[in-house]
Amino acid sequence: MTKYAFFLGCIAPLRYPGLEAATKRVMQHFNIELLDLNGASCCPAPGVFGSFDLWNWLVVAARNLSLGESLNADLTTICNGCYATLQEAWHILKEDPSKRRRVNEVLSKINRNYNAKTGIKHIIEVFANDIGIDKIKSSVEKSLEGLKVAVHYGCHFLKPRKIRGHGSSEKPHILEDIVTALGAEPVHYKEKLLCCGAGGGVRAGNLDAALEITARKLASVKEAGADCILNPCSFCHFQFDRGQVELRERKGIEFNIPVIHLVQLVGLAMGIDPKSLGLYENEIPPTYLDKLGLR
Amino acid sequence: MELDSTKPLIKIDEETSDFIAEILEKGAQIFPKEELERILTCIQCGTCYGSCPSGRITAYHVRVIMRKAQLGLKEEVLKDENLWNCTTCYTCQERCPREVETTDTIRLIRNMAFEAGYVKKPHLIVSRNFIETGHSIPLRDEDKEKRKRVGVSEIPPTTLTYPEALKEVQTLVEATGFKEKVLKLLEEG
Repeated sequence: MTKYAFFLGCIAPLRYPGLEAATKRVMQHFNIELLDLNGASCCPAPGVFGSFDLWNWLVVAARNLSLGESLNADLTTICNGCYATLQEAWHILKEDPSKRRRVNEVLSKINRNYNAKTGIKHIIEVFANDIGIDKIKSSVEKSLEGLKVAVHYGCHFLKPRKIRGHGSSEKPHILEDIVTALGAEPVHYKEKLLCCGAGGGVRAGNLDAALEITARKLASVKEAGADCILNPCSFCHFQFDRGQVELRERKGIEFNIPVIHLVQLVGLAMGIDPKSLGLYENEIPPTYLDKLGLR
Repeated sequence: MELDSTKPLIKIDEETSDFIAEILEKGAQIFPKEELERILTCIQCGTCYGSCPSGRITAYHVRVIMRKAQLGLKEEVLKDENLWNCTTCYTCQERCPREVETTDTIRLIRNMAFEAGYVKKPHLIVSRNFIETGHSIPLRDEDKEKRKRVGVSEIPPTTLTYPEALKEVQTLVEATGFKEKVLKLLEEG
Protein backbone atom coordinates (compact mmCIF):
# COMPACT_ATOMS: atom_id res chain seq x y z
CA MET A 1 0.00 0.00 0.00
CA THR A 2 1.35 3.40 -0.97
CA LYS A 3 1.80 5.66 2.03
CA TYR A 4 2.55 9.31 2.66
CA ALA A 5 2.91 11.52 5.72
CA PHE A 6 0.31 14.27 5.39
CA PHE A 7 1.94 17.68 5.77
CA LEU A 8 -0.86 20.03 6.83
CA GLY A 9 0.80 23.46 6.80
CA CYS A 10 -1.19 26.39 8.26
CA ILE A 11 -4.09 27.50 6.05
CA ALA A 12 -5.77 24.11 5.61
CA PRO A 13 -5.86 23.01 9.27
CA LEU A 14 -6.42 26.48 10.74
CA ARG A 15 -8.78 28.14 8.22
CA TYR A 16 -10.12 25.52 5.76
CA PRO A 17 -10.10 22.20 7.63
CA GLY A 18 -12.59 20.93 5.02
CA LEU A 19 -9.57 20.55 2.72
CA GLU A 20 -7.83 18.39 5.31
CA ALA A 21 -10.95 16.25 5.78
CA ALA A 22 -11.51 15.91 2.02
CA THR A 23 -7.90 14.80 1.47
CA LYS A 24 -8.20 12.09 4.12
CA ARG A 25 -11.47 10.78 2.69
CA VAL A 26 -10.31 10.80 -0.92
CA MET A 27 -6.96 9.14 -0.18
CA GLN A 28 -8.75 6.46 1.84
CA HIS A 29 -11.06 5.93 -1.14
CA PHE A 30 -8.00 5.19 -3.32
CA ASN A 31 -6.28 3.04 -0.66
CA ILE A 32 -3.44 5.51 -0.14
CA GLU A 33 -2.36 5.47 3.49
CA LEU A 34 -1.94 8.91 5.07
CA LEU A 35 0.14 9.05 8.25
CA ASP A 36 -0.13 11.96 10.68
CA LEU A 37 3.06 14.02 10.67
CA ASN A 38 3.01 14.61 14.41
CA GLY A 39 4.73 17.77 15.60
CA ALA A 40 5.09 19.41 12.18
CA SER A 41 5.16 23.21 12.02
CA CYS A 42 4.64 25.88 9.34
CA CYS A 43 6.66 24.75 6.29
CA PRO A 44 7.88 27.76 6.66
CA ALA A 45 6.12 29.80 3.96
CA PRO A 46 8.47 30.38 0.99
CA GLY A 47 7.66 33.98 0.09
CA VAL A 48 7.22 35.17 3.66
CA PHE A 49 9.81 33.41 5.84
CA GLY A 50 12.00 32.91 2.75
CA SER A 51 11.92 36.67 2.28
CA PHE A 52 12.90 37.35 5.89
CA ASP A 53 15.70 34.88 6.49
CA LEU A 54 16.52 32.11 4.01
CA TRP A 55 18.89 30.31 6.37
CA ASN A 56 16.21 30.00 9.05
CA TRP A 57 13.73 28.98 6.34
CA LEU A 58 16.00 26.15 5.19
CA VAL A 59 16.72 24.85 8.70
CA VAL A 60 13.06 24.74 9.78
CA ALA A 61 12.07 23.14 6.46
CA ALA A 62 14.73 20.47 7.03
CA ARG A 63 13.20 19.66 10.42
CA ASN A 64 9.76 19.11 8.81
CA LEU A 65 11.35 16.92 6.15
CA SER A 66 13.26 14.97 8.81
CA LEU A 67 9.95 14.07 10.50
CA GLY A 68 8.94 12.28 7.29
CA GLU A 69 12.33 10.60 7.07
CA SER A 70 11.90 9.14 10.58
CA LEU A 71 8.60 7.61 9.39
CA ASN A 72 10.36 6.39 6.26
CA ALA A 73 7.74 8.19 4.19
CA ASP A 74 7.60 11.00 1.65
CA LEU A 75 5.40 13.88 2.68
CA THR A 76 2.40 14.93 0.63
CA THR A 77 0.74 18.34 0.64
CA ILE A 78 -2.35 20.10 -0.73
CA CYS A 79 -0.69 23.53 -0.64
CA ASN A 80 1.61 24.98 -3.31
CA GLY A 81 3.36 27.11 -0.70
CA CYS A 82 4.26 24.17 1.53
CA TYR A 83 5.26 22.27 -1.60
CA ALA A 84 7.50 25.13 -2.77
CA THR A 85 9.37 25.30 0.52
CA LEU A 86 9.74 21.60 1.19
CA GLN A 87 10.44 20.54 -2.39
CA GLU A 88 13.05 23.28 -2.80
CA ALA A 89 14.68 22.51 0.56
CA TRP A 90 14.74 18.81 -0.34
CA HIS A 91 16.33 19.67 -3.69
CA ILE A 92 18.97 21.94 -2.14
CA LEU A 93 19.91 19.46 0.58
CA LYS A 94 19.95 16.47 -1.75
CA GLU A 95 22.19 18.22 -4.30
CA ASP A 96 24.68 19.82 -1.94
CA PRO A 97 26.27 17.74 0.86
CA SER A 98 28.05 20.76 2.35
CA LYS A 99 24.75 22.59 2.86
CA ARG A 100 23.26 19.41 4.30
CA ARG A 101 26.15 19.18 6.76
CA ARG A 102 25.66 22.77 7.91
CA VAL A 103 21.91 22.29 8.33
CA ASN A 104 22.44 19.05 10.26
CA GLU A 105 24.80 20.82 12.65
CA VAL A 106 21.84 22.97 13.69
CA LEU A 107 19.38 20.06 13.69
CA SER A 108 21.71 18.16 16.04
CA LYS A 109 20.68 20.63 18.77
CA ILE A 110 17.26 18.96 18.74
CA ASN A 111 18.66 15.47 18.08
CA ARG A 112 17.42 15.33 14.53
CA ASN A 113 19.08 14.68 11.23
CA TYR A 114 17.97 14.88 7.60
CA ASN A 115 19.65 12.89 4.85
CA ALA A 116 17.35 13.85 1.96
CA LYS A 117 16.39 10.17 1.51
CA THR A 118 12.72 11.08 1.61
CA GLY A 119 11.12 14.25 0.28
CA ILE A 120 7.70 15.53 -0.72
CA LYS A 121 5.10 14.98 -3.44
CA HIS A 122 2.29 17.37 -4.27
CA ILE A 123 -1.17 15.78 -4.11
CA ILE A 124 -1.38 16.42 -7.90
CA GLU A 125 1.54 14.00 -8.29
CA VAL A 126 -0.24 11.43 -6.13
CA PHE A 127 -3.31 11.68 -8.38
CA ALA A 128 -1.32 11.68 -11.62
CA ASN A 129 1.37 9.10 -10.82
CA ASP A 130 0.32 6.88 -7.90
CA ILE A 131 -3.38 6.62 -8.72
CA GLY A 132 -3.28 7.52 -12.42
CA ILE A 133 -5.75 9.29 -14.71
CA ASP A 134 -7.23 6.01 -16.00
CA LYS A 135 -7.95 4.74 -12.50
CA ILE A 136 -9.50 8.09 -11.54
CA LYS A 137 -11.70 7.94 -14.62
CA SER A 138 -12.83 4.38 -14.00
CA SER A 139 -13.55 5.13 -10.31
CA VAL A 140 -16.04 7.93 -10.99
CA GLU A 141 -19.35 7.24 -9.25
CA LYS A 142 -21.00 10.60 -9.78
CA SER A 143 -20.07 12.07 -13.17
CA LEU A 144 -19.55 15.82 -13.10
CA GLU A 145 -20.87 16.19 -16.64
CA GLY A 146 -22.00 19.69 -17.47
CA LEU A 147 -19.84 21.34 -14.80
CA LYS A 148 -17.68 24.15 -16.20
CA VAL A 149 -14.45 24.42 -14.28
CA ALA A 150 -11.90 27.25 -14.46
CA VAL A 151 -8.59 25.61 -13.62
CA HIS A 152 -6.02 27.56 -11.57
CA TYR A 153 -2.54 26.03 -11.15
CA GLY A 154 -1.11 28.63 -8.81
CA CYS A 155 2.56 29.50 -9.12
CA HIS A 156 4.64 27.15 -7.05
CA PHE A 157 3.53 23.74 -8.26
CA LEU A 158 5.12 24.49 -11.65
CA LYS A 159 7.73 27.17 -10.98
CA PRO A 160 10.70 27.34 -10.90
CA ARG A 161 10.62 24.61 -13.56
CA LYS A 162 14.24 23.52 -13.25
CA ILE A 163 13.64 22.56 -9.61
CA ARG A 164 10.03 21.34 -9.81
CA GLY A 165 10.49 19.31 -13.00
CA HIS A 166 6.83 19.19 -14.04
CA GLY A 167 7.33 20.53 -17.57
CA SER A 168 5.92 23.67 -19.10
CA SER A 169 4.68 26.47 -16.87
CA GLU A 170 3.13 28.23 -19.85
CA LYS A 171 1.04 25.33 -21.18
CA PRO A 172 0.43 22.90 -18.33
CA HIS A 173 -2.38 20.34 -18.72
CA ILE A 174 -2.40 17.90 -15.78
CA LEU A 175 -5.27 19.63 -13.95
CA GLU A 176 -7.36 19.76 -17.14
CA ASP A 177 -6.62 16.04 -17.59
CA ILE A 178 -7.98 15.26 -14.11
CA VAL A 179 -11.02 17.54 -14.52
CA THR A 180 -11.84 15.86 -17.85
CA ALA A 181 -11.42 12.38 -16.34
CA LEU A 182 -14.08 13.32 -13.75
CA GLY A 183 -16.52 14.18 -16.55
CA ALA A 184 -16.38 17.96 -16.03
CA GLU A 185 -15.35 20.53 -18.62
CA PRO A 186 -12.25 22.72 -18.17
CA VAL A 187 -13.03 26.15 -19.63
CA HIS A 188 -10.42 28.35 -21.23
CA TYR A 189 -9.97 31.80 -19.72
CA LYS A 190 -7.47 34.54 -20.44
CA GLU A 191 -5.89 34.86 -16.99
CA LYS A 192 -5.44 31.13 -16.35
CA LEU A 193 -1.75 31.49 -15.52
CA LEU A 194 -2.08 34.61 -13.38
CA CYS A 195 -1.04 34.35 -9.71
CA CYS A 196 -3.83 34.48 -7.08
CA GLY A 197 -2.20 37.61 -5.67
CA ALA A 198 -1.58 36.39 -2.12
CA GLY A 199 1.99 35.06 -2.27
CA GLY A 200 5.30 36.56 -1.23
CA GLY A 201 3.85 38.26 1.82
CA VAL A 202 1.75 40.57 -0.39
CA ARG A 203 -1.52 39.46 1.21
CA ALA A 204 -0.23 40.36 4.68
CA GLY A 205 1.78 43.41 3.61
CA ASN A 206 -0.37 45.04 0.91
CA LEU A 207 -3.87 43.55 0.83
CA ASP A 208 -5.17 46.06 -1.74
CA ALA A 209 -2.53 45.02 -4.28
CA ALA A 210 -3.20 41.33 -3.59
CA LEU A 211 -6.93 41.85 -4.11
CA GLU A 212 -6.42 43.78 -7.32
CA ILE A 213 -4.63 40.78 -8.79
CA THR A 214 -7.33 38.44 -7.44
CA ALA A 215 -10.07 40.61 -8.98
CA ARG A 216 -8.36 40.55 -12.37
CA LYS A 217 -8.25 36.77 -12.23
CA LEU A 218 -11.86 36.36 -11.06
CA ALA A 219 -13.20 38.77 -13.68
CA SER A 220 -11.61 36.57 -16.32
CA VAL A 221 -13.16 33.43 -14.76
CA LYS A 222 -16.57 35.12 -14.73
CA GLU A 223 -16.23 36.19 -18.35
CA ALA A 224 -15.55 32.57 -19.34
CA GLY A 225 -18.83 31.47 -17.73
CA ALA A 226 -17.27 28.97 -15.31
CA ASP A 227 -19.35 27.43 -12.50
CA CYS A 228 -16.37 27.39 -10.13
CA ILE A 229 -12.65 28.02 -9.86
CA LEU A 230 -10.56 24.94 -9.08
CA ASN A 231 -7.21 25.17 -7.29
CA PRO A 232 -4.57 22.75 -5.95
CA CYS A 233 -3.45 25.05 -3.12
CA SER A 234 -4.84 25.95 0.32
CA PHE A 235 -3.41 29.45 0.13
CA CYS A 236 -4.88 30.22 -3.33
CA HIS A 237 -8.15 28.69 -2.06
CA PHE A 238 -8.10 31.06 0.91
CA GLN A 239 -7.29 34.07 -1.28
CA PHE A 240 -10.06 33.34 -3.80
CA ASP A 241 -12.73 32.57 -1.19
CA ARG A 242 -11.95 35.03 1.60
CA GLY A 243 -10.73 37.50 -1.03
CA GLN A 244 -14.22 37.71 -2.55
CA VAL A 245 -15.61 38.81 0.82
CA GLU A 246 -12.83 41.40 1.14
CA LEU A 247 -13.46 42.64 -2.41
CA ARG A 248 -17.14 43.07 -1.56
CA GLU A 249 -16.45 44.86 1.72
CA ARG A 250 -13.56 47.05 0.61
CA LYS A 251 -14.32 47.75 -3.05
CA GLY A 252 -17.98 46.87 -3.49
CA ILE A 253 -17.13 44.29 -6.15
CA GLU A 254 -19.28 41.16 -6.18
CA PHE A 255 -18.20 37.97 -7.96
CA ASN A 256 -19.87 35.03 -6.18
CA ILE A 257 -17.64 32.46 -7.84
CA PRO A 258 -17.51 29.25 -5.79
CA VAL A 259 -14.00 28.00 -5.00
CA ILE A 260 -13.16 24.30 -4.93
CA HIS A 261 -9.91 22.51 -4.16
CA LEU A 262 -8.76 19.63 -6.36
CA VAL A 263 -9.22 17.07 -3.55
CA GLN A 264 -12.81 18.25 -3.09
CA LEU A 265 -13.67 17.99 -6.79
CA VAL A 266 -12.24 14.48 -6.98
CA GLY A 267 -14.14 13.59 -3.79
CA LEU A 268 -17.43 14.79 -5.28
CA ALA A 269 -16.94 12.61 -8.36
CA MET A 270 -16.12 9.63 -6.11
CA GLY A 271 -19.58 10.04 -4.59
CA ILE A 272 -18.40 11.34 -1.22
CA ASP A 273 -20.94 13.44 0.70
CA PRO A 274 -20.45 17.20 -0.06
CA LYS A 275 -20.76 18.13 3.61
CA SER A 276 -17.95 15.83 4.71
CA LEU A 277 -15.76 17.29 1.94
CA GLY A 278 -16.15 20.69 3.61
CA LEU A 279 -17.91 22.24 0.60
CA TYR A 280 -20.26 24.21 2.86
CA GLU A 281 -17.39 25.69 4.88
CA ASN A 282 -16.42 28.27 2.27
CA GLU A 283 -17.51 31.92 2.41
CA ILE A 284 -18.94 31.63 -1.13
CA PRO A 285 -21.70 28.98 -1.24
CA PRO A 286 -21.23 25.94 -3.54
CA THR A 287 -23.97 26.84 -6.05
CA TYR A 288 -22.52 24.32 -8.54
CA LEU A 289 -24.06 21.53 -6.42
CA ASP A 290 -27.51 22.56 -7.72
CA LYS A 291 -26.33 22.05 -11.27
CA LEU A 292 -25.09 18.58 -10.33
CA GLY A 293 -28.33 17.75 -8.54
CA LEU A 294 -26.47 17.26 -5.27
CA ARG A 295 -28.36 19.75 -3.12
CA MET B 1 29.83 42.16 -32.60
CA GLU B 2 27.74 39.37 -31.20
CA LEU B 3 26.90 39.30 -27.50
CA ASP B 4 28.28 36.33 -25.62
CA SER B 5 25.57 35.42 -23.10
CA THR B 6 28.00 33.43 -20.98
CA LYS B 7 30.10 36.51 -20.21
CA PRO B 8 29.01 39.14 -17.71
CA LEU B 9 28.24 42.55 -19.16
CA ILE B 10 29.10 44.14 -15.83
CA LYS B 11 32.29 43.40 -13.96
CA ILE B 12 32.30 43.70 -10.21
CA ASP B 13 34.93 46.22 -9.17
CA GLU B 14 35.02 49.08 -6.71
CA GLU B 15 33.34 51.38 -9.19
CA THR B 16 30.33 49.11 -9.58
CA SER B 17 29.10 47.17 -6.65
CA ASP B 18 29.80 45.79 -3.23
CA PHE B 19 26.05 45.26 -3.13
CA ILE B 20 26.12 42.53 -5.77
CA ALA B 21 29.09 40.90 -4.06
CA GLU B 22 27.07 40.86 -0.82
CA ILE B 23 24.00 39.37 -2.56
CA LEU B 24 26.17 36.65 -4.09
CA GLU B 25 27.94 35.88 -0.86
CA LYS B 26 24.75 35.60 1.18
CA GLY B 27 22.97 33.82 -1.64
CA ALA B 28 25.65 31.16 -1.98
CA GLN B 29 24.66 29.81 1.44
CA ILE B 30 21.38 28.69 -0.12
CA PHE B 31 21.59 28.73 -3.95
CA PRO B 32 24.30 27.73 -6.45
CA LYS B 33 26.48 30.83 -6.80
CA GLU B 34 27.00 30.52 -10.55
CA GLU B 35 23.24 30.76 -11.08
CA LEU B 36 22.94 33.92 -8.99
CA GLU B 37 25.83 35.47 -10.93
CA ARG B 38 23.54 35.64 -13.96
CA ILE B 39 22.43 39.03 -12.60
CA LEU B 40 25.62 40.40 -14.14
CA THR B 41 24.32 39.54 -17.61
CA CYS B 42 21.02 41.49 -17.36
CA ILE B 43 20.47 43.54 -20.53
CA GLN B 44 17.47 45.52 -19.21
CA CYS B 45 15.09 44.05 -21.80
CA GLY B 46 12.09 44.37 -19.47
CA THR B 47 10.62 40.90 -20.02
CA CYS B 48 10.48 40.59 -16.21
CA TYR B 49 8.51 43.76 -15.74
CA GLY B 50 6.22 42.91 -18.65
CA SER B 51 5.38 39.56 -17.01
CA CYS B 52 4.88 40.84 -13.48
CA PRO B 53 1.39 40.81 -11.91
CA SER B 54 2.43 43.40 -9.31
CA GLY B 55 4.40 45.52 -11.76
CA ARG B 56 1.29 46.62 -13.58
CA ILE B 57 -0.50 47.85 -10.47
CA THR B 58 2.31 49.07 -8.20
CA ALA B 59 5.70 50.75 -8.58
CA TYR B 60 7.47 47.39 -8.11
CA HIS B 61 9.73 47.11 -11.15
CA VAL B 62 12.03 44.08 -11.28
CA ARG B 63 14.07 45.44 -14.17
CA VAL B 64 14.89 48.61 -12.25
CA ILE B 65 15.87 46.69 -9.11
CA MET B 66 18.24 44.49 -11.15
CA ARG B 67 19.86 47.62 -12.61
CA LYS B 68 20.11 49.39 -9.28
CA ALA B 69 21.72 46.28 -7.81
CA GLN B 70 24.28 46.30 -10.61
CA LEU B 71 24.98 49.95 -9.87
CA GLY B 72 25.39 49.31 -6.15
CA LEU B 73 22.47 51.46 -4.99
CA LYS B 74 21.96 49.34 -1.89
CA GLU B 75 20.14 51.76 0.43
CA GLU B 76 17.83 52.91 -2.33
CA VAL B 77 16.82 49.33 -3.12
CA LEU B 78 16.46 48.16 0.49
CA LYS B 79 14.33 51.01 1.73
CA ASP B 80 11.88 51.04 -1.19
CA GLU B 81 8.63 49.57 0.14
CA ASN B 82 7.74 48.34 -3.34
CA LEU B 83 10.29 45.58 -2.85
CA TRP B 84 7.57 43.85 -0.80
CA ASN B 85 5.04 43.81 -3.66
CA CYS B 86 6.59 40.75 -5.35
CA THR B 87 4.24 37.76 -4.99
CA THR B 88 7.19 35.43 -5.81
CA CYS B 89 5.22 34.00 -8.74
CA TYR B 90 8.49 33.26 -10.62
CA THR B 91 7.05 34.29 -14.01
CA CYS B 92 9.88 36.80 -14.54
CA GLN B 93 12.52 34.25 -13.59
CA GLU B 94 11.05 31.65 -15.98
CA ARG B 95 10.88 34.09 -18.88
CA CYS B 96 14.19 35.90 -18.44
CA PRO B 97 16.15 35.43 -21.70
CA ARG B 98 19.41 35.79 -19.72
CA GLU B 99 18.33 33.25 -17.09
CA VAL B 100 18.77 35.78 -14.31
CA GLU B 101 17.46 34.35 -11.02
CA THR B 102 15.26 37.39 -10.54
CA THR B 103 12.80 36.04 -7.96
CA ASP B 104 15.46 34.39 -5.82
CA THR B 105 17.55 37.56 -6.01
CA ILE B 106 14.52 39.53 -4.80
CA ARG B 107 14.17 37.09 -1.88
CA LEU B 108 17.85 37.65 -1.04
CA ILE B 109 17.54 41.43 -1.26
CA ARG B 110 14.47 41.21 1.00
CA ASN B 111 16.55 39.22 3.52
CA MET B 112 18.98 42.17 3.57
CA ALA B 113 16.13 44.68 3.89
CA PHE B 114 14.65 42.67 6.78
CA GLU B 115 18.00 42.61 8.53
CA ALA B 116 18.41 46.36 8.03
CA GLY B 117 14.99 46.93 9.61
CA TYR B 118 13.07 47.86 6.45
CA VAL B 119 10.13 45.66 7.30
CA LYS B 120 6.34 45.77 7.46
CA LYS B 121 4.51 45.37 10.75
CA PRO B 122 2.17 42.58 9.53
CA HIS B 123 5.22 40.53 8.54
CA LEU B 124 6.64 40.88 12.05
CA ILE B 125 3.33 39.72 13.49
CA VAL B 126 3.37 36.63 11.22
CA SER B 127 6.94 36.00 12.40
CA ARG B 128 6.01 36.37 16.07
CA ASN B 129 3.11 33.99 15.62
CA PHE B 130 5.47 31.45 14.10
CA ILE B 131 7.99 31.79 16.93
CA GLU B 132 5.26 31.46 19.58
CA THR B 133 3.15 28.66 18.06
CA GLY B 134 5.04 27.06 15.16
CA HIS B 135 2.32 28.31 12.77
CA SER B 136 2.07 31.55 10.82
CA ILE B 137 -1.55 32.17 11.87
CA PRO B 138 -3.46 31.47 15.10
CA LEU B 139 -6.03 28.71 15.74
CA ARG B 140 -9.19 30.54 16.84
CA ASP B 141 -12.29 29.11 18.54
CA GLU B 142 -14.27 29.39 15.29
CA ASP B 143 -11.61 27.30 13.52
CA LYS B 144 -11.90 24.60 16.18
CA GLU B 145 -15.66 24.55 15.60
CA LYS B 146 -15.10 24.24 11.84
CA ARG B 147 -12.68 21.36 12.45
CA LYS B 148 -15.27 19.52 14.52
CA ARG B 149 -17.96 20.06 11.88
CA VAL B 150 -15.91 18.42 9.12
CA GLY B 151 -14.85 15.54 11.34
CA VAL B 152 -11.16 16.13 12.02
CA SER B 153 -9.48 16.45 15.44
CA GLU B 154 -10.29 19.72 17.22
CA ILE B 155 -6.58 20.63 17.31
CA PRO B 156 -4.33 19.50 14.41
CA PRO B 157 -1.48 17.05 15.22
CA THR B 158 1.16 19.76 14.76
CA THR B 159 3.19 21.91 17.18
CA LEU B 160 -0.23 22.93 18.53
CA THR B 161 -0.74 19.44 19.97
CA TYR B 162 2.86 18.59 20.85
CA PRO B 163 4.62 21.11 23.14
CA GLU B 164 7.93 19.23 22.82
CA ALA B 165 7.76 19.74 19.04
CA LEU B 166 7.15 23.46 19.54
CA LYS B 167 10.18 23.54 21.82
CA GLU B 168 12.26 22.03 18.98
CA VAL B 169 11.13 24.73 16.54
CA GLN B 170 11.89 27.41 19.13
CA THR B 171 15.38 25.98 19.67
CA LEU B 172 15.98 26.19 15.89
CA VAL B 173 14.76 29.78 15.47
CA GLU B 174 17.06 30.76 18.32
CA ALA B 175 20.03 28.89 16.84
CA THR B 176 19.62 30.54 13.42
CA GLY B 177 19.35 34.01 14.96
CA PHE B 178 15.88 34.57 13.48
CA LYS B 179 14.14 34.97 16.84
CA GLU B 180 16.58 37.63 17.98
CA LYS B 181 16.14 39.59 14.74
CA VAL B 182 12.35 39.55 15.02
CA LEU B 183 12.24 40.46 18.72
CA LYS B 184 14.64 43.35 18.15
CA LEU B 185 12.52 44.72 15.28
CA LEU B 186 9.34 44.34 17.33
CA GLU B 187 10.91 46.25 20.22
CA GLU B 188 12.00 49.04 17.90
CA GLY B 189 8.37 49.22 16.76
